[in-house]
Amino acid sequence: MVRAVRDAHAAVSEMTAAPAIQTRDLTKRYGAVSALTGLTMEVPRGEIFGFLGPNGAGKTTAVKLLLGLTRPTAGEAWVLGRPVGDREVRRHIGYLPEMFRYQDWLSAREVLALHCELAGLPRNRWADEIDEVLTTVGLAARANDRVGTFSKGMQQRLGLAVALLGRPDLIFLDEPTSALDPIGRHDVREIIRQVRARGTTIFLNSHLLSEVELVCDRVAVVDRGRVIALGTIPEIVGETRSVRLRLENPDSAIEAVLQRHGAVERSNDWYIVREIWPGAIPELVADVVRAGGRILAVEPGQPTLEDRFLQLLRGAP
Amino acid sequence: MVVWTIAALTLREAARRRLLTAVGILTLVMIIFTVWGFSRLPTLTCGGTPCSPVEIRTIAAGLLILVAYMFSVILAIGAAFVAAPAIAGEIESGVMLAMLPRPIRRAEIVLGKWLGLAILVTLYAGLTGALEFLGIKLAIGYVPPQPVLALLFLIGQGIVLLTLALFCSTRLSPITAGVVAVILFGLARLGGIAEAIGLAFQNETIAAVGTVMSLLLPTDGLWRGVAFFMEPVALIALASNQRAAAANPFFASSPPTTAFILWAVGWVVVVLGMAVFSFDRRDL
Repeated sequence: MVRAVRDAHAAVSEMTAAPAIQTRDLTKRYGAVSALTGLTMEVPRGEIFGFLGPNGAGKTTAVKLLLGLTRPTAGEAWVLGRPVGDREVRRHIGYLPEMFRYQDWLSAREVLALHCELAGLPRNRWADEIDEVLTTVGLAARANDRVGTFSKGMQQRLGLAVALLGRPDLIFLDEPTSALDPIGRHDVREIIRQVRARGTTIFLNSHLLSEVELVCDRVAVVDRGRVIALGTIPEIVGETRSVRLRLENPDSAIEAVLQRHGAVERSNDWYIVREIWPGAIPELVADVVRAGGRILAVEPGQPTLEDRFLQLLRGAP
Repeated sequence: MVVWTIAALTLREAARRRLLTAVGILTLVMIIFTVWGFSRLPTLTCGGTPCSPVEIRTIAAGLLILVAYMFSVILAIGAAFVAAPAIAGEIESGVMLAMLPRPIRRAEIVLGKWLGLAILVTLYAGLTGALEFLGIKLAIGYVPPQPVLALLFLIGQGIVLLTLALFCSTRLSPITAGVVAVILFGLARLGGIAEAIGLAFQNETIAAVGTVMSLLLPTDGLWRGVAFFMEPVALIALASNQRAAAANPFFASSPPTTAFILWAVGWVVVVLGMAVFSFDRRDL
């Protein structure tokens, strides 16, 4: 009895102190096909962590491994400080699958009640929990309608509600906005931020880069089963490497000045100078003015995650 | 507890998807039709004069075994077709993906589905059988010798097939699981007939092959139990003298042995265990 209590305490302290996710050389092969190759990473508590990659990169496989739905071929992983698949830890995890589908012959409220029961939530909390998540995802008005009558977007909102039930410590969202319109996507971003504000870690699988850029604290980029970049978005995107200038009097003399600083592209009265170090921009401006150029605007080029993502996938360092 | 939650969910699904309504209406039509048929038996004539009550009862006994045989096939195939998609369908649709990360064991899902479907088969076969027997009793006053035992064996046969289909459902697609279970059911019946012929004509090879087939899936032996407990003593005495009766799938000359009953129960336990193991090892 005493030992059981001690073990339970140890488990709880492990679960609260450890990183949300830790993996070491996590690998999954299906026959000759490698779905995930040596994934090693750590996701600290309280982060919104983006897991980015093209279709077929191994994102869903990674989530399924972390949830214990699939067994790894090699490597190890811990979720909330416990080995993956641990039943106690699964009380503290929420999950919205990519291929979401819920019992279409139940109402939204009944689906949520089923998940309350499977999650082992005390029965006296069900009603409050269900009302709260339905309101959060904007489905309160349709709570008693059959899921079969829901649009795909509403089913995805229901999936998000299922994932939020019981205030989990860690939530896996696999392409959570794939069926949503722009308003729905905006809503989901807001929900993700609210949930993070109360300390929940969110593991967001997505190939929608703009979405990841808007909400994630850190991201990992995966391709063909390997992590090819990991860090905060500024770390991954890197520094400014281009500048846009708008000139009142563009001509070939000024163009020649610009070319001394980098590769130049022109579109109407805008010039884009690429491969320029940010510290060199004031000098570039001074050179243009000295050559008689009248500058209307200077904009450092903002590299986007998309630009960097494409570079990474094409094998750029 | 989770087992019961899943079992209740399975029953609720059957009700919500109108499976119960559809099957209920069709079964009622079948009962009304057969009871009407039995009620016409006293109007038959035997050699120009009205048949004697003994003759009518003999005809009724044979006919009722035929009706039970038809119903046992419907029940077995029905059980296979509700069990085949029970797990495979939910894996394919993605319903399972949302449920399995919850703090539950996969075994609880398999056992819950099995329990729900077993309750469904038991209630359906029990109610239908009771109504049919009651209708015939009211129509012509005939009741088979051991109606409760006959129904128990009928339910057993349905449960065996649902267990097989559920096991297939942990690995195969819903349609493949259903078809495999039904084909094996057919093979087991052929095996049972081969066994009976082999024994009656003292051909050991045929008997051995038939025995193996009918033990691999004990549905035919269970059906013989249904038939035996519905046969009036006079019918058994009459048919037991004819070797050719052995090939008759509507007839059993002896009750199922205790060893066979234990085998059938053990078979369900082992195959259900295999279903649990198979689903537990499956990557989703």
